[in-house]
Amino acid sequence: MTQAEQEIRFQEKIDREIKIEPNDWMPDEYRQTLIRQISQHAHSEVVGMLPEGNWITRAPNLRRKAVLLAKVQDEAGHGLYLYSAVETLGTSREQTIDDLHSGKAKYSSIFNYPALTWADIGTIGWLVDGAAIMNQVALCRTSYGPYARAMVKICKEESFHQRQGYESLTKLCNGTPQQKAMAQDAMNRFWWPALMMFGPSDADSTHSDQSIKWKIKRFTNDELRQNFVDATVAQAEILGLTIPDPNLKWNEARGHYDFSEINWDEFWQVVKGNGPCNKERLAARVKAKEEGAWVREAASAFAKKRDMKKSA
Amino acid sequence: MSTNEWPLWEVFIRSKQGLNHKHVGSLRAPDATLALENARDVYTRRSEGISIWVVESAHIHATDIDDVASFFEPSDTKIYRHPTFYEVPDGVKHM
Amino acid sequence: MQESALFEYVLRLSDDSLILGQRLGEWCGHGPILEEDIALTNISLDLIGQAISLYDFAAELEGKGRNHDQLAYLRYENEYKNVLLVEQPNGDFAMTILRQFFFDAFRLPLYEALMQSPVAQLAAIAAKSVKETRYHLKHTSEWVIRMGDGTEESHQRAQAAIDHLWRFTNELFYEDANDHTLQAEQKVPTMAHIQTQWMATVTSVLQEATLEIPKNNWKFDGGREGRHSEHMGYLLSDLQYMQRAYPNMEW
Repeated sequence: MTQAEQEIRFQEKIDREIKIEPNDWMPDEYRQTLIRQISQHAHSEVVGMLPEGNWITRAPNLRRKAVLLAKVQDEAGHGLYLYSAVETLGTSREQTIDDLHSGKAKYSSIFNYPALTWADIGTIGWLVDGAAIMNQVALCRTSYGPYARAMVKICKEESFHQRQGYESLTKLCNGTPQQKAMAQDAMNRFWWPALMMFGPSDADSTHSDQSIKWKIKRFTNDELRQNFVDATVAQAEILGLTIPDPNLKWNEARGHYDFSEINWDEFWQVVKGNGPCNKERLAARVKAKEEGAWVREAASAFAKKRDMKKSA
Repeated sequence: MSTNEWPLWEVFIRSKQGLNHKHVGSLRAPDATLALENARDVYTRRSEGISIWVVESAHIHATDIDDVASFFEPSDTKIYRHPTFYEVPDGVKHM
Repeated sequence: MQESALFEYVLRLSDDSLILGQRLGEWCGHGPILEEDIALTNISLDLIGQAISLYDFAAELEGKGRNHDQLAYLRYENEYKNVLLVEQPNGDFAMTILRQFFFDAFRLPLYEALMQSPVAQLAAIAAKSVKETRYHLKHTSEWVIRMGDGTEESHQRAQAAIDHLWRFTNELFYEDANDHTLQAEQKVPTMAHIQTQWMATVTSVLQEATLEIPKNNWKFDGGREGRHSEHMGYLLSDLQYMQRAYPNMEW
């Protein structure tokens, strides 16, 4: 079969909603797109542990401490599921992680913003996980089998993440004036970065068309962003929090909320490494890997010794 | 460094008594003992299982993608292996 | 009087769990590999869960209307009765695992004995916690063995951790008049009994790991009496930060 014929057959499978599995023939660009997207997603889970993780020791009561531990632990698990999905495409976890550490691979820019107060933890759960879930639910039907299966598992586990964040904010918003102010401040800082999580606008998104055709992505960045805004406005009202956008208003004709233009300069600056915490986040991951090297080597050496004893 | 990467293991979990072990994903571990412990922590945090199998991925043999036609299509035409192939007179029950 | 002896006893158990759980929580996001990051967090979660049950029981025994969070968050440093071992900093992975291993090897026989206690609530908490602790001990033992019998570097690091922590281990078996009262009533086991089992576990695992038990047997205590190490103040600053900065609020 020629390359062109294979590509036609491949697209037919996609159009008929047949999932692509690891050993199936796939265009090289499809493989590369998946590797890039899934590893970026995996890195986001793992780097995402850091801002929240830094509040584990300071959680205000034992229940919140346990919830936060369990949540951040889930992120590690999700990172792991996704690295496993990348491995099915022929790239080992170590290679993938090396690409992150060298700066070649990206992760969600939201995690380059600092978590400054306890309200940030609730807000991250509500807005950041909320935005992530919007994206992830769509990805449960993505065309690559291992990615879709990982997403199904992740979505199931994530359902508590957004709820715990919202619940935590409910306490703050029904609490003292200081608590309410803390929540509003977190909202002010996280609203725009949360909207940026959906990526560049469709006009500037380089990979969008082909990804939609291959059903890697099911919706465009702007569609998902709009869905998120539409879903979140009412949730903010119930909390009594103000969304920091004077132009936010319901557009009857469109059936959607209108909102201001995102500050794309800030978006690209943070993507390029100039956000408030880019360097710290990457440094923390590099440090964990380097300081863990002797641990991983020790276990490998031990396994080798045991194998030799067995075969001796 | 890459030579030191822990091997990949496939994880199979029996969710409850009476069901098969089912493939749930993979992980990295230096040996079988830790692979089982890691599988417990990674894949059964929400009471998903009562028994775990781990198999080093390198030890799994799979059918070749090029053999799909010769492996699996011949059985498609043997419809007499399915009960719906047979006609049973009206009124016959429990068959 | 008896209630207050039991309160003190349960408080010590609670504080051990809380402080060690707090320490392990610091690892989350920084483990040597994702799988082990998840494993350490699981242990931390088990310990925090045990602390909640134990503080609930302690609060009931105290009868002053305090809840588990008030006990966990709103005491002065010298009112915390955890052993010095659990408040020691995480150090490297070897230090964390050895600290955990020494603790698990103590907690397992203690919980097993407490399961037989006529104090029903304590026996019930022990019965639930014993399963978790048995797993922790299995996991940490596996790692002690791998580090000890792994590479030269891992062997050295593990041995250094043992040498460093050894002086804190005797305090695990601390006893005072309070314990003697409860022991006389056969509500709790004698520590000599627990220490024998601890020593057997430690000896056999370290032997398999090709690691040495330190010759110097000098040891000291203080934690059970509320005298802590310099590390404790920093740990409590983090732990209590929100409760102290924003008093009397719900979260």
